[in-house]
Amino acid sequence: MLEIKDLHVSIEDKEILRGINLQVNPGEVHAIMGPNGSGKSTLASVLAGREEYEVTSGSILYNGQDLLEMDVDKRAHAGLFLAFQYPVEIPGVSTATFLKSSVNAVRKGRGLEELKPVDMLKLLRQKAAELEIDPKFLQRSLNEGFSGGEKKRNEMLQMSLLEPSLGILDETDSGLDIDALKIVADAVNKLRSPERSFIVVTHYQRLLDYIVPDFVHVLSQGRIVRSGDKSLAFELEERGYDWVREKA
Amino acid sequence: MSNSMQTLENHTSSEYKYGFTSNIDTESFAKGLSEEVVRAISAKKEEPEWLTEWRLSAYRRWLEMTEPHWPNVKYPAIDYQDIIYFAAPKKKPQYESLDEVDPELLRTFNRLGIPLGEQKILAGVAVDAVIDSVSVKTTFTKQLSELGIIFCSFSEAVKEHPDLVREYLGSVVPPADNYFAALNSAVFSDGSFVYIPKGVRCPMELSTYFRINAANTGQFERTLIIADEGSFVSYLEGCTAPMRDENQLHAAVVELISKEKATIKYSTVQNWYPGNKEGKGGIYNFVTKRGLCDGDYSKISWAQVETGSAITWKYPSCILKGDHSVGEFYSVAVTNNFQQADTGTKMIHLGNNTRSVIISKGISAGQSQNSYRGQVKVARKAQNAHNFSQCDSLLMGDKCGAHTFPYLEVENPTARVEHEATTSKIGEDQLFYLQQRGLREDDAINMIVNGYCKEVFNELPMEFAVEAQKLLEISLEGSVG
Ligand SMILES: Nc1ncnc2c1ncn2[C@@H]1O[C@H](COP(=O)(O)OP(=O)(O)OP(=O)(O)O)[C@@H](O)[C@H]1O
Ligand SMILES: [Mg+2]
Repeated sequence: MLEIKDLHVSIEDKEILRGINLQVNPGEVHAIMGPNGSGKSTLASVLAGREEYEVTSGSILYNGQDLLEMDVDKRAHAGLFLAFQYPVEIPGVSTATFLKSSVNAVRKGRGLEELKPVDMLKLLRQKAAELEIDPKFLQRSLNEGFSGGEKKRNEMLQMSLLEPSLGILDETDSGLDIDALKIVADAVNKLRSPERSFIVVTHYQRLLDYIVPDFVHVLSQGRIVRSGDKSLAFELEERGYDWVREKA
Repeated sequence: MSNSMQTLENHTSSEYKYGFTSNIDTESFAKGLSEEVVRAISAKKEEPEWLTEWRLSAYRRWLEMTEPHWPNVKYPAIDYQDIIYFAAPKKKPQYESLDEVDPELLRTFNRLGIPLGEQKILAGVAVDAVIDSVSVKTTFTKQLSELGIIFCSFSEAVKEHPDLVREYLGSVVPPADNYFAALNSAVFSDGSFVYIPKGVRCPMELSTYFRINAANTGQFERTLIIADEGSFVSYLEGCTAPMRDENQLHAAVVELISKEKATIKYSTVQNWYPGNKEGKGGIYNFVTKRGLCDGDYSKISWAQVETGSAITWKYPSCILKGDHSVGEFYSVAVTNNFQQADTGTKMIHLGNNTRSVIISKGISAGQSQNSYRGQVKVARKAQNAHNFSQCDSLLMGDKCGAHTFPYLEVENPTARVEHEATTSKIGEDQLFYLQQRGLREDDAINMIVNGYCKEVFNELPMEFAVEAQKLLEISLEGSVG
């Protein structure tokens, strides 16, 4: 599915990722934890194709393709989805309009026909209901004035509509209340399948109670300093990051 | 072809990707402006004595005036003696079929969704569709005249409705209002005239079906619209189809008069030749547009989408004379490459309880300069005036500029005036977000720009809004990245 080899990434001549190695196989869930500023969002952005970040060396294979050669939208068509840590507001564009364009653009990119308006509407309603999103939200400008939790739920709505093969969740749990957390976790679990993989960036072990990871990695100063199974998350919770840093 | 025509031809032909070639046979005067020329124009149009005199007095005032240089635009000095002031176009089809027309132009037409028949006419292909459009026009003119609505060319109005023309011509924009208005008053060629009688609601958007005819309104256009008490009219000016004109200088005047409880909605889409990518050629568009809310509860609403012209100098304004009268201005002004726009509005509050709304959305790309200039004036006796202004600028890239010049003159303490202004760059974050969701870069830009312009598009008549949206896409093509 995904194979990251010795990835080095800089921004404005500052090296942020300093040799990342990570292999994600189909069906696996990998959790990435690590202190603020360690490079988690940078990794997520590079995977999604953000241009500001300069990949100075290393490689990323995604389903056998050179991911770094692919345009941002092509990556999305190829099934890569990033749930943003800070979803972006787009004034004047209704959420429904955006969702329709997005679904159809991705379908087109995957060689499928565009959805008929009736079917599209049905799909939007159904998925919104699953995430307990009031349909009225769909008429509002995209993310504009949404609360933190509402934005995150909207990200999950997009993910369930686009049915990615690799879902990257960047702190989707931050700012969610307990009920919303369960709803978001449900959305992910519903999508889990032997073909689909997830990378879940989080600061809290709690999320991993709901989305049980196969692997947990600790990112510190641009490197994965420790990997383990989900028990690593508990250990981190108890002992903090200093413990990993010391061991590293 | 005369020398100046040749020069303009050279200016405007090469590289104009929406180009019409201008092999139009014209019956023209020699270059230059004088009393004789003004008289000759008037004589050619068989105008009554009073109108000839009106033109002449405007001409004499113009001689005493100087060209304004306060707008934030730069252009080489205009030689007014090097312009032909009268050229009656004798339109002759240039092509036998659409196959001969520049495919790039046809592509643009198709993207704008312009029907085939109109495409042929706009491109100058010989067709019987002209006959169709004439018959369409006749049908609608009949329907309108049954309601007492007058909608005709300005020249026709001078002949058929001289009293109305004489009463209102220059009543909102006096001949000596400004340099370009004076010039227009002296030499105006033709334009439109509209009169809506008392209590009549005009049943159709005026000019939707006639826009083909608007293709040849000329360089010094004159429009006069009168909405009598309790009437309503929605008027559409211009055409989203790319307009090529061999005249570089355009100085139009539009006057609107809205009587008690009457409403005029005036929507414009302007897409004249903006010059090439290096900033050569292009139309200079110096327009004076003003509306008078004459009666109580009258309303005038301007909505415009400006994408064309090399230089735009334009401030559609409202004089809110009647009590409870309302003035509105909704504008999207796009500049790309080397275009310069200095545009905005003036809201003059004279009556009591008058309201005005200004929503201006500037979009600058390439190396263009886009200025908003808006004046809100509340006279001493105007009680409870209210103005809301919102002026937003969107920058695409870092070589372009956006400028805002708000002028406030409030002489009555009961006035409430609110002004909001923002300048933003088209967000890398926004683009990345949309592309991550599968949208192509240009679709992502269009989505962001459309969202940004939404409040203005909402004010345009439906079909115009759809066309305007597509027009924006074409205008901004390839402007980011
Ligand atoms: N555009 C940028 N310009 C300059 N520095 C940047 C930029 N983006 C990220 N950085 C820096 O890179 C480092 C890693 O940032 P990143 O957002 O990846 O951290 P993170 O692990 O996601 O942190 P958090 O847990 O707070 O979300 C930080 O020091 C940050 O300041
Ligand atoms: Mg982060």
